Amino acid sequence: MTSTVRTYLTRLLPQLIALTIIIVAISMIFPGFLNLKIQNDRLYGSLIDILNRGAPVVLLAIGMTVVIATKGIDLSVGAVMAICGAVSASLITSGHSLAETLLVTLAIGILCGIWNGILVAVLDIQPIIATLVLMVAGRGIAQLITEGAILTFNDPGLIFIGSGSFAGLPMPVVIWLLFGILVALVVRRTALGMLVEAVGVNREASTLSGVFTPVLLIAAYVLSGLCAAIAGVIAAADIKGADANNAGLWLELDAILAVVVGGTSLLGGRFSIAASVLGAIIIQAINTGILLSGFPPEFNLIIKAAIIVFILVLQSPRFRAAFTFVSIPRAAGKPTEREAK
Amino acid sequence: MKFVKALASATILAACTFGSASAADLVVGFSQIGSESGWRAAETTLTKQQAEQRGIDLKFADAQQKQENQIKAIRSFIAQGVNAILLAPVVATGWDEVLQEAKDAEIPVILLDRTVDAPKELYLTAVTSDLVHEGNVAGKWLVDTVAGKPCNVVELQGTTGSSPAIDRKKGFEAALAGKDNLKIVRSQTGDFTRTKGKEVMESFLKAEDGGKNICALYAHNDDMAVGAIQAIKEAGLKPGKDILVVSIDAVPDIFQAMAAGEANATVELTPNMAGPAFDVLATYLKDGKEPEKWIQTESKLYTQADDPMKVYEEKKGLGY
Repeated sequence: MTSTVRTYLTRLLPQLIALTIIIVAISMIFPGFLNLKIQNDRLYGSLIDILNRGAPVVLLAIGMTVVIATKGIDLSVGAVMAICGAVSASLITSGHSLAETLLVTLAIGILCGIWNGILVAVLDIQPIIATLVLMVAGRGIAQLITEGAILTFNDPGLIFIGSGSFAGLPMPVVIWLLFGILVALVVRRTALGMLVEAVGVNREASTLSGVFTPVLLIAAYVLSGLCAAIAGVIAAADIKGADANNAGLWLELDAILAVVVGGTSLLGGRFSIAASVLGAIIIQAINTGILLSGFPPEFNLIIKAAIIVFILVLQSPRFRAAFTFVSIPRAAGKPTEREAK
Repeated sequence: MKFVKALASATILAACTFGSASAADLVVGFSQIGSESGWRAAETTLTKQQAEQRGIDLKFADAQQKQENQIKAIRSFIAQGVNAILLAPVVATGWDEVLQEAKDAEIPVILLDRTVDAPKELYLTAVTSDLVHEGNVAGKWLVDTVAGKPCNVVELQGTTGSSPAIDRKKGFEAALAGKDNLKIVRSQTGDFTRTKGKEVMESFLKAEDGGKNICALYAHNDDMAVGAIQAIKEAGLKPGKDILVVSIDAVPDIFQAMAAGEANATVELTPNMAGPAFDVLATYLKDGKEPEKWIQTESKLYTQADDPMKVYEEKKGLGY
């Protein structure tokens, strides 16, 4: 058992190091960063903001990880978020109950996933092209639903999903934590995860060895669509309105980045959901840190890019080789960042 | 039927000069950018309304954000022989050729909401708002409202590098210049969206002692202000009282916030650009008098005293 924990930690080490460095750096620039207090019955502070604001990208990254593990990619998640936000807002404003609204919205997300999955698995279209269709068309569909305006709503139940709290944590955080654990259990406590990896490494070989590939592929895109639907509801509930033009805009790229920062290869195969979640939190920590630092906005993207490059270098096999080389002679004690350089 | 009408107006056009055409039988082509924002949708609705009120036959073409579609639309308007063309250009460059074609056909072109980089003689006039002036009106309101008391201002900028963000910042800073009691302590981009407005405001509140250090918020558009208002409420403060909120655009939702006492003022970017355009067009066609090359729309300030619920009801149906 301890060895499993150790392998797990070794796998997550680069991400954990990166996150620690970022958090330490931000708290040096902005001393109040680590402060937490209870306000309105929930924890309140910058660290909680990171977990809360990161919710959409974390959710998208969970679905994206599985899709990428099958050697695919899902560019449509941002647009699916916009569609699902629009659907939930228009249903709740036209007087449907919260349960109906959520069920229909999640069903729409699943439907979007099935569409992508069929294009990829049955029609054999390259994933980047297949999902591009919905990425472009989806935002149009969302705009049709909201008629181009921001559709606002006042239903306390739906708003609770975006800004309520449970057990001292904001609802979005509770949702992604539970959902992430659920997905991780389903793929790792069954053979599903291994089959997904097999398809990602060699689709043909997997099919020949009896894996029913089309269903598995469609399921991966369905999971991604479902994640996008949940993220879309959270994003809409957060601002009490569905903004078809901006909801989820460019978030597919952040989700892919989160998976990459999490160390899952875009070429498919081995994946780690926990690492992708950490990747998404790292990205959000950078965003929040930049906002707190008070730099002029012109620098936002430059700082973000520099930090991401640093993290990717940290994970590169060559850097890791140098890292092991330095650390082996001092087997005892954890090598620090400076020694690694 | 429309085709017959277009043919008829083309014949009239051929038969007589512009001077003799009255508003009653005017045919005007309108090339709109698309419907990327609520404001744009409201502009389209108002242009159609204004045309109907004046008995103008408006031919509407939605370009879906593409310049080539706009150029196609203008060429088809020229072929149909319309009396005038309204153009809301999607980009600033690349209009010389098609504007020259319109000029050769003696069809006046009026630019709406944005201008182009083309020789001024190629179009009749441009009806736009003054972005710097909008920022200035917002700044002046804040200067007058705090009346000499010390006040730390946080600013939510528009998309970095966009002209509204640059100009609305410039105008606001100009209004604050020399007023030592007002200081912009934090300024960050909220990308003109509610989500980012809320997220950035959350960080401002954390960074400025839980918001106790902030006396006013200036947002480059209402949507960011609406997002920020939610962040202020979630931090346990009262927007509109603990933190003054002033923004620009005057979209319906900000009037709801003003009615609830959560926002203090907004500067209108009027979606009625067509009204002034039709006015100058009528004068031009009647007297042949060339108008000024730039017609500035009014940047009206609305506060809680202006019956916000009534304005909300008026604006709500415009497609914002």
